[in-house]
Amino acid sequence: MAKIFAVTIILIAIASAVPIVMHMWPMPQDISTHGALIDEQYADTMLEAGISFLASQFLLAFFIWKFSAPRPGERVKNFPGGATGLVAAAFLLVGTEVLALGVFGTKAWASVYLTPPAANAVPVQVQAGQFAFYFRYPGPDGTFGPIHPEQISEANANFFGLDTTHDQDSKDDIVAAEMAIPVNREIHLLMHSKDVGHSFFVPELRIQQDFVPGLDVSVHFTATKVGRYEIVCTQLCGLGHYNMKAYLEVKSQEDYDAWIKQQSALQ
Amino acid sequence: MHDMSAPAAHHGAPTSFIRKHVFSLDHKVIGKQYYALALLAALIGMALSWIMRIHLGWGNFAIPGLHLLSSTGAPGNVLTPEYYLQLMTMHGTIMVFFVLTTAPFAAFGNFFLPIQTGAEDMPFPHFNMMSFWVTFVGFWVLIASFFVGDGPTLGGWTQYAPLSAIGSVGGPGQGLGVVLWATSIAIFCIGQLLGSLNFITTTLDMRCKGMSLMRLPLTAWAWFITSVMGLTAFAVLMPACILLILDHVAGTSFFVASNLVINDQVLPHSGGSTLLWQHLFWFFGHPEVYIAIVPGMGIVSHVLITNMRKPMLSHRVLIYSMAALAVLSYMVYGHHMFVSGMNPVSSLAFSFPTLVITIPSTIVVLMWLGSLYGSKLQINSASLFSLGFISMFISGGVSGFFLAQPSIDIMLHATYFVVGHFHLVMGVAAMFGIFAGTYFWFPKMTGRMMSEPLGKAHFWLSFVGAYCIFMPFHYLGIAGNVRRYQAFTDDYLIPLIPVHKFITIAALITGFAQLIFVYNLIYSRFKGPVETDNPWQGTSLEWSTATPPPHNNFGATMPVVYHDPYQYSVEGASSDFVMQTSPEKINNPNEEK
Repeated sequence: MAKIFAVTIILIAIASAVPIVMHMWPMPQDISTHGALIDEQYADTMLEAGISFLASQFLLAFFIWKFSAPRPGERVKNFPGGATGLVAAAFLLVGTEVLALGVFGTKAWASVYLTPPAANAVPVQVQAGQFAFYFRYPGPDGTFGPIHPEQISEANANFFGLDTTHDQDSKDDIVAAEMAIPVNREIHLLMHSKDVGHSFFVPELRIQQDFVPGLDVSVHFTATKVGRYEIVCTQLCGLGHYNMKAYLEVKSQEDYDAWIKQQSALQ
Repeated sequence: MHDMSAPAAHHGAPTSFIRKHVFSLDHKVIGKQYYALALLAALIGMALSWIMRIHLGWGNFAIPGLHLLSSTGAPGNVLTPEYYLQLMTMHGTIMVFFVLTTAPFAAFGNFFLPIQTGAEDMPFPHFNMMSFWVTFVGFWVLIASFFVGDGPTLGGWTQYAPLSAIGSVGGPGQGLGVVLWATSIAIFCIGQLLGSLNFITTTLDMRCKGMSLMRLPLTAWAWFITSVMGLTAFAVLMPACILLILDHVAGTSFFVASNLVINDQVLPHSGGSTLLWQHLFWFFGHPEVYIAIVPGMGIVSHVLITNMRKPMLSHRVLIYSMAALAVLSYMVYGHHMFVSGMNPVSSLAFSFPTLVITIPSTIVVLMWLGSLYGSKLQINSASLFSLGFISMFISGGVSGFFLAQPSIDIMLHATYFVVGHFHLVMGVAAMFGIFAGTYFWFPKMTGRMMSEPLGKAHFWLSFVGAYCIFMPFHYLGIAGNVRRYQAFTDDYLIPLIPVHKFITIAALITGFAQLIFVYNLIYSRFKGPVETDNPWQGTSLEWSTATPPPHNNFGATMPVVYHDPYQYSVEGASSDFVMQTSPEKINNPNEEK
């Protein structure tokens, strides 16, 4: 039975690795400028984790196969070098490995979170609420009008609680149910939650960020490929969580300008 | 006040049924009570997972009788989206608290820690009895939420605020359901605090003559380290739950910020912090992972040593590694919050200890592998589950490399990759530890052996089944499959539905295998072959006492310990193993003093 077990471990280890090696269920395509750093970090980690996984499982299987066989008269043996060698190996190999991953991974993280958005980044505000996203553009004045929570009204389609009668900055704000952005322009996304925790996840953009109710946070990114992508919520927000989504339209600059003009006329 | 200098906690053997089997002070009875509670909880938790998996594979499938659980949650026996989340929350809560914490730590620890330390009982038997009974009450408070108001909470076992703190406007179960949830967990924390106090004092103060700390078996060390974590982690979760309850019943706003709007109404809360809950929860939550798994590490080491007929490569290295895991577990909790909105520099600060924790984890695995080398490995249900634990721990561990890095977490956070990771390393591995302990210690706990053929059938189906369930979770996560969805309506998720169907079938088969275990447990309890006091030819103190152990554990004479717990295959010794209580002189330079 031990030998069948050993073979089973090896088969499971190989079967587990096949879908990864064959890219059977790959990561969605990357359409961001920073995504390559994340993908590279992921690939490096997969290589190191994959080697660790296969080597450990094979070793486990091999030792089960070899040392479960009855060896009458033979004494038990100790691993050459004892514990010291293995502890040293763990510190050296795994220590170096994780240090390298940690240091190199910092670069990818920093590109999203530790650098400020460019001065000419296109500002877009996203508001998450049970169970929809709404997007706001500041209009020609470049300034978002203030949010008045008490004026938020789904029935009157005043999703952000804007007071266009009194607030000058709100008059030209553009509110939309889908997010359009120009390709190859940096976007500064300002994130506001209306009610509970939500998240903004576009796998192709390599962006996932939670909304923090009571605390507006922001991220910045640049999309490099025109197309239509899904924005999904990844923070459990209530019964409609699974269905909370919107679309991201990455457009050419001309199409984006036309879209903004069209949306402005609709307000 | 209890006399701490006494060699053991004296209390006479009970005579009435109630004091013997219900409100018992005997740590062994309390251990069995914890085990029974964990078994019941596991069956409920597993049934919930079956319902969830069927729903994820075939969303419109009517599960006969489901409407009996909730006519509104399952009209026509089909789950509503909200009831899916409610069952999911209960699955996670029941499994994490009432199974993975209760069985390996409280159940086995209660039964065997005093015996392995050579004590008559724990030093505070009344606290011990209370610890079980408050846990019991906590469990039924949680279960009660199925039957009151609009059902249990749907907020997930992590209960992120403010969804958990704003009351019923947040959705079904977010009013009374959350209050019952938080009350249940706060009560559970009291039980764990009382239990941890007992475990720590038993280990430090109740050891018999000759039992130095280093002569304690690895199980005792694992329970001791776990109890230190329990004392500190549950002491944070309990007040967090109390604050959450206050947000519901006392109009406070600990976890709810100002100006939140639901149904076009501004909520009557102000000034609270959303992230405060996450910090408090994960300060408990990450040590909790190790509270679930470290006892398993101890059990697996203990079982394997006996079945390898040789000690671990280094007793001390394993102890130090488990202790390092415990200490580091408090420094890494922020890796659950990389994209939560906390300061991104903090994410890097939490990332490095998370990566560093792989070093003691690797050392533990290498100690197991290195110890297998040159051993005389015996294959039985207990050793199979122990080896299966190692395989699962490796598989679940390597995915930690990804999740420890904030940049990769951007893609994998809140996806099935995370679900696969923690189910393998914390769920399946810990369950395998429980199974290994059960097959190994059952003869000592009951005086009868479990069926080996049934045990092996249980193992094979569980081992292959668990991989079939949880390995594909990782692929789903890499493809961007978000967790906690009751259906997959997004365009990019629809192609992944066949994988979910495969997982559902695997889950149902693997679940069936657990019923073999339950049958084996009950059948063997009454009909299993009667065993001797030391069926595995073990060396630690539980094997030197009668089966089942008498009320004071050791009968008329308390044990005296002469050796470390793992003297197997010692050169020149009179037999293959030298028991801790054997006064036989042996010449082993590596023996712990």
